[in-house]
Amino acid sequence: MITLSHYLVLAAILFSISIAGIFLNRKNIIIILMSIELMLLAVNINFVAFSHYLGDLSGQIFVFFILTVAAAEAAIGLAILVVLFRNLKTINVDDIGEMRG
Amino acid sequence: MSFENFSFYMFATVLIGAALSVIFSRNPVHAALSLVLAFFTAAGIWLMLEAEFLAISLILVYVGAVMVLFLFVVMMLDINLNRMREGYWNYLLPALVVSGIFLAELIVLIGGRVSFSKPLEVPAAITVEGNTLQLGRLLYTEYLYAFELAAVILLVAIVAAIALTLRRRKDMKLVSTDEQFSANRENRLKIVSMPTEGGRREDPS
Repeated sequence: MITLSHYLVLAAILFSISIAGIFLNRKNIIIILMSIELMLLAVNINFVAFSHYLGDLSGQIFVFFILTVAAAEAAIGLAILVVLFRNLKTINVDDIGEMRG
Repeated sequence: MSFENFSFYMFATVLIGAALSVIFSRNPVHAALSLVLAFFTAAGIWLMLEAEFLAISLILVYVGAVMVLFLFVVMMLDINLNRMREGYWNYLLPALVVSGIFLAELIVLIGGRVSFSKPLEVPAAITVEGNTLQLGRLLYTEYLYAFELAAVILLVAIVAAIALTLRRRKDMKLVSTDEQFSANRENRLKIVSMPTEGGRREDPS
């Protein structure tokens, strides 16, 4: 029998993996953005699991809004990335220290 | 092992494997494709949780739009992979410590909640009406303002993405609207006084 705890532990493992991903790929902005998407996915799994086990659909509505905001975030983040690459010819995090005084 | 157990553990294994592949893969294209696999398996898990509409929209929105965007950007940019991988393993210990502590905390927190270990009885209305109809009813009544706000956020995102990446070419033949608006009669019209018909005629030879 699959209980709520199974889903919550799965989401927790997914979240921890993406935290480790941000640490490891700290030079590559694209992988950092992908790790953030994974974190949002873990949170969404939690929302959907709670929504199912509590019999309340509000959780799924919130997942809907998280999906919307995540799509907007990805679009703007990638647009900023493209502009950055066009100006600096690099997306390495170490090279992006232009605003340091 | 029942079918439910089997499918949950299969989806969970594939999901965690895909997530590990995202953070460890050397090539960003492989990472993006692994992320696509992770989204597909997450959609499968959501189907097990009877969230059919969200599972389908996860595939449509994420795999269909966001990941294609990621792949486009990864392929457009010319990335020096060797420099990116420099010192990749330097932060392995902090990463393991932080994520390990976080995971342990979460598992302790979840393990203490015995009351959630039993699935509640699904109300009959949910199974009869279907997930999409109920979600739509809730979305267009109780959460209408939030829904409209989400629409505005998407519009702003479209405008921002286009405004950020719009590039003005040097050799483009554009009309300067400032010049057009500030033009008056003196710029465009010149009155030349010429001899009239009845006046003195020039000799053509």
